[in-house]
Amino acid sequence: MTINSYWHQVIKRTITLVVCAAFLSACQDIAKSSELGTGVIYCSEASPSSFNPQLDTSGTTSDATAHQLYDRLLDFDPETGTIVPGLASSWLISSDGLSYTFQLRKRVAFHQTDYFTPSRFFNADDVMFSINRWRVAEHPYHQVSGGNYPYFTSLGLNDIIKDVKRINGYRVVIELNRPDSSFLANLATDFAVVLSAEYAYQLQQLDIKQRLDKFPVGTGPFKFVSFRKDRFIRYKRHQDYWKHENAPENLIYDITQTSSLRLAKLMTGECDAIAFPAQSEISMIQQRPDLRLDDKPGLNVGFWAFNTSKPPFDNPEVRKALAMSIDKNTLLEAVYFGSAVAAKGILPPSSWAYQDDLSDTNYNPVRAKKLLEENDIPAGFTMNIWAMPVERAYNPNARKMAGLIQNYLKQVDIDANIVSYEWGTFRQRLKQGLHDSVLIGWSADNGDPDNFYRPLLTCSAIESGTNRAMWCSPEYDEYINKALRISDVEGRSEYYHMANKLLKDQMPLFPLAHANRYQAYRTELKGVTINPFGGIRFGDVEKR
Amino acid sequence: MFRYIVRHFNLLVVTLFVLSLFSFSLAYLFPGDPLVNLSGETIQSEQHREVLIEKYRFNESVVLQYTRYIGLLFEGDWGLSKSSGLPLYDEIMHSLPASIELATYALLLSLIIGIPLGFLAGLKHHKATDYSLLAISVMGYSVPVFWMALLMILVFSLQLGWLPLSGRISLLFDVPHTSGFILLDIMLSDIKNKETAIVNALQHMVMPVLSITIVTSAIILRLTRRSVIEVMPKGFIQAAYTRGLSDYQVFMRHGMRNSLLPIIPLLAMQSTTLFTNAMIVEVIYSWPGIGDWLIQAIYQRDFPAIRAGMLAVSALVVLLTVSIDLFAKLIDPTRDKSAHVTI
Repeated sequence: MTINSYWHQVIKRTITLVVCAAFLSACQDIAKSSELGTGVIYCSEASPSSFNPQLDTSGTTSDATAHQLYDRLLDFDPETGTIVPGLASSWLISSDGLSYTFQLRKRVAFHQTDYFTPSRFFNADDVMFSINRWRVAEHPYHQVSGGNYPYFTSLGLNDIIKDVKRINGYRVVIELNRPDSSFLANLATDFAVVLSAEYAYQLQQLDIKQRLDKFPVGTGPFKFVSFRKDRFIRYKRHQDYWKHENAPENLIYDITQTSSLRLAKLMTGECDAIAFPAQSEISMIQQRPDLRLDDKPGLNVGFWAFNTSKPPFDNPEVRKALAMSIDKNTLLEAVYFGSAVAAKGILPPSSWAYQDDLSDTNYNPVRAKKLLEENDIPAGFTMNIWAMPVERAYNPNARKMAGLIQNYLKQVDIDANIVSYEWGTFRQRLKQGLHDSVLIGWSADNGDPDNFYRPLLTCSAIESGTNRAMWCSPEYDEYINKALRISDVEGRSEYYHMANKLLKDQMPLFPLAHANRYQAYRTELKGVTINPFGGIRFGDVEKR
Repeated sequence: MFRYIVRHFNLLVVTLFVLSLFSFSLAYLFPGDPLVNLSGETIQSEQHREVLIEKYRFNESVVLQYTRYIGLLFEGDWGLSKSSGLPLYDEIMHSLPASIELATYALLLSLIIGIPLGFLAGLKHHKATDYSLLAISVMGYSVPVFWMALLMILVFSLQLGWLPLSGRISLLFDVPHTSGFILLDIMLSDIKNKETAIVNALQHMVMPVLSITIVTSAIILRLTRRSVIEVMPKGFIQAAYTRGLSDYQVFMRHGMRNSLLPIIPLLAMQSTTLFTNAMIVEVIYSWPGIGDWLIQAIYQRDFPAIRAGMLAVSALVVLLTVSIDLFAKLIDPTRDKSAHVTI
């Protein structure tokens, strides 16, 4: 082995020398070329749809922007999940739970870029601007870039917040209409970023408001340099970052859609870290001494949602029959390669509100067939299954899963067509409700159970486009709303258990799996942590 | 001679016309709204549609629509890419030079390798050297390019870890786009550590260039060898020998020139194969050229991009073929037009 690698070295040197000699005269520092890597390259899976995570709930967007470009008032500690100070150095909650006072951090600088030079530090105006943009429909920036703030509308935050008041330059009060035990957690999610009010004002003067979300300015560890769709995103270190000065010089997102190619680039060192290693590649990464793989049980759920606004899927019996005709365990084996646990409900086991005694739907094609017949579904009925085109932790290979489901459905005389579009188009059409059923999922943005129940299935989430089942039940909404008004864990869990029962009965979606989260990177990269509560963070990473 | 040039020019114009007609009709042949296929814009309102109808003369006859289409092509307005929303002309001008660069280096290297080896094989006709070179060239010629490329990745990147496997240069180097040719761009740019950037670019180039070169140099070797074999027994060569010239002198003064002349038009025909190979190799090495770009467009059903990309590539190939053919005629006016291809 050592002799071998010695010869590799010799041959490598010779080849580089020959190449150098042939093309160049100044080639003495060839050995140093590897030391010139003054940055971190992350191979991501797709292009972000915007550079403002307020506008999009997709993991790709928040991975690319939330923790790189921006800061929030509060943050989650990735280890413990507790809420820690961000741009707010401290906060105070009134005894009735209706008013939150935030003391803001001083001397926090915004990015200085080619297109913007800040004249002042971060202050209360920026917080007001960032919250009011999505909260107030009349805000000059509300309609910019589509005017859709899916995370906030799906949680109904625009109704919960009564007012945002500026006390002085560094103190802000947020008043609520009703107590909300998950409010602080929501402010710490990837989406509650703080934008620059000064920059927005400048753009407004020039009447180019939409640039705010394309050429971003924030307070995060990196500033934006350039972006080429489906090729790369280039970030540079923010020199005056308030937290520390050791962020990498450059951060580059090399957008590589194929997961095998990402792994290959990781092996050759063209990437320092990669997004979503395929489940089938996990063992290969573990075997290599120069690569590292971290895993953590993920706060996510992959499911098969039925479009309940379309007959015959508006019939709960039909939905149950379809769920019954699928063998979940086979899907887990074939698609997740055992790196996931079967989902009984939509909440993963690591959540405090998880219901242990919830029963699972059993695989029973004979009963499913009978049930379908009873509900007038003719043999040879055709439906489509939409399979998302990208890999996500909660579903690493939706197309393969769709193929398997197709086979199961054939056994109950249903012909299924698999449909897939480019990711942006896919989500857009999904929101319009053009699907019969879809294989998709949800990664939590914070540890609160409300973060699963509300965006996935409440009525208001249809509007914001996160309710893939298009399912609206006043009874369910009532449980979820009541749960939020109670601050003790026991009482809240009770309501969530009632919601679970309702979901079991109605089956708007069929929960499939809670997948582990993986992060693969080269051993030179230090300080990589899996953030179970949202996007990846590169600010504290170091390359040696 | 004049007639010859006119004829070639005619051929060029007619072919380009047919190509443009075809690309225009693609807008109608592709599924979806022809207006969207032409402009690449998503129609948001009736008003927007009106503007587009006005722009593409869609309220008039197809002939007028076509002339308008040609007009826009010359203005550089090729429509927008559906997936990225950027002007197609810019996108193509961004990726085309990368492909040309790759193909040029591969061609140069193939000439450097192929021609001398071809001479050697031709001069040692029916000897061991000839047979072994012929055998090697058969192998090089018959190995599919994409397979060779994958094999090289497997060995040199994944097993040995010597060479990077994707892109033109490490993304850590922010080389501004000026000419589109990476080496030239690095020289022109004012980035720090230019040397390392060039070495890095060269490292990225080795495998893509080599995988094309293997096929192309095998073809050139065989073309040269055949030509040498045909030229060497001719009368004027024999006459040179009788004048007492040495083998070396005969070959340098008479053999080489005369065996190279007939190859040039044949090389022209190979330039299409070369370019196609370059496009295949690009996809495998994620080389940001036109081939990679077109494949992405096909994946994403980006019809405007497919239409414009097809037009750009085919126009380039036609232009290249015709001009090399013309060039061959110019340097060798005696050439008969039934140039035969035996590889």
